[in-house]
Amino acid sequence: MQRAEIVRIINQFLAEEFEISESALVPQALLIQDLGIESLDFVDIVVIIEQEFGFKATREDMLNVKTLDDMYDFIASRV
Amino acid sequence: MRRVVISGAGIYSTIGLDLNSVADSLYSGRSGIGIDERRKEFGFRSALSGMLDRPNLKGLLSRRERVGLPVQGEYAYMATMEALGNAKIDLDFLKSHEVGILYGNDSSSIPVIEAIDVMRDKRDTSLIGSGSIFQSMNSTVSMNLSVILKLRGINLTISGACASSSHAIGLAHLLISGGFQDIIICGGAQEINAESMGSFDGLGAFSIRQDEPAAASRPFDRERDGLVPSGGAATVVVESLESALKRGAPILGEIKGYGFSSNGEHISVPNVEGPKASLVKALKAAGMQASDIDYVNAHATSTPVGDLNEGKALLEVFGACNTPVSSTKGMTGHEMWMGGASEIIYSLLMMERGFVAPNLNFSAPDEALAQLNVVPETLEMELNTVLSNSFGFGGTNSTLIVSKFRK
Repeated sequence: MQRAEIVRIINQFLAEEFEISESALVPQALLIQDLGIESLDFVDIVVIIEQEFGFKATREDMLNVKTLDDMYDFIASRV
Repeated sequence: MRRVVISGAGIYSTIGLDLNSVADSLYSGRSGIGIDERRKEFGFRSALSGMLDRPNLKGLLSRRERVGLPVQGEYAYMATMEALGNAKIDLDFLKSHEVGILYGNDSSSIPVIEAIDVMRDKRDTSLIGSGSIFQSMNSTVSMNLSVILKLRGINLTISGACASSSHAIGLAHLLISGGFQDIIICGGAQEINAESMGSFDGLGAFSIRQDEPAAASRPFDRERDGLVPSGGAATVVVESLESALKRGAPILGEIKGYGFSSNGEHISVPNVEGPKASLVKALKAAGMQASDIDYVNAHATSTPVGDLNEGKALLEVFGACNTPVSSTKGMTGHEMWMGGASEIIYSLLMMERGFVAPNLNFSAPDEALAQLNVVPETLEMELNTVLSNSFGFGGTNSTLIVSKFRK
């Protein structure tokens, strides 16, 4: 899967499901501080990763995902 | 003991999505019952159901607030916002005052089923999602609304089967009259989906008069053949009189008495003594005689035994008074966990507008209930005091008496 496709899927999910403004979805955005994602939301991000990318992320994996770019990198490394 | 009033009401129901439309439906005798085609796919004996669209809360609540709400919680949110609005209570008020919530709810089927589907399919609980636990618990409605509204008072769900929300109002009345709380948001929410109704359908308790849905729910009628499951949500703001007066809040009615009892017999077959005890206790709590009651909003769900035994209890208490009786379930179907609160609202609307809503589809009584004054058509009359019954599985009974407010 191309990175651009990963970016598209994740950004679309965050914009539609989390109602985050698309203009805020820049690679360096911090998930918690800049995008307002909280601990419970990571549970739903694990679900969307499984649905869209077909692998199981763990809560431990998510601990290292700080920025949007980290998320794209993490998913790219697993697909 | 302090006087306790109702200072706000809101409703999201099969006969209207706000107080005004519900009042019009009650007056005109409009049925909210139809056919749920999904039930046929599930092998239901009866596909009859109250029909209600799901509200769209996007734009009204944040995602985090929405994901924990099951569908009956969404109904409850809509009803509660209407109630708070006409009680003149806003979020700033809730932040600066100790307001509680006692809400009736006794199931939340869909999120439980969906979570189990994920576990069976994926064998991985991390894929259930974050909202499921908050949607699944019986306390889901009070849990979610208390967070959305930032409440800081008592925070409980009352699960008493089909009397849940009547007990919720009654218990709020006791807490407020005893001085423990000034304002409590009360109500009841009821999911309508097929998944939640299948086991009840399996008991053969539902009407099978599917060729004419609006005629299926016929409380007290000799030809009744079972109830029609329904739902939605209804909320009332219960408040001490002094608090309501101090705020300049509208006063929709005064709660005069709460009666309760348990049948102590069968899990699903009601008796006469239990409901009668609840009626008598409510009258005693209100300091009233049977003749003080202008109208009885009966529990009568359109089941053969339930209506008969409630009718007998009513005759034992009200027989000498010829008190007008109707069951609004002829229009709404059986709103179960929601029914106690919704029927208080129906009664308040009747009291405000001066009419008795018709007991839809009533043409002839059981022989034993020939003396019961069932009102088959809309009856215009002044109502000063109304009594509402709610009974449930396990033999739980609740009776509330509400009067027009007089200083």
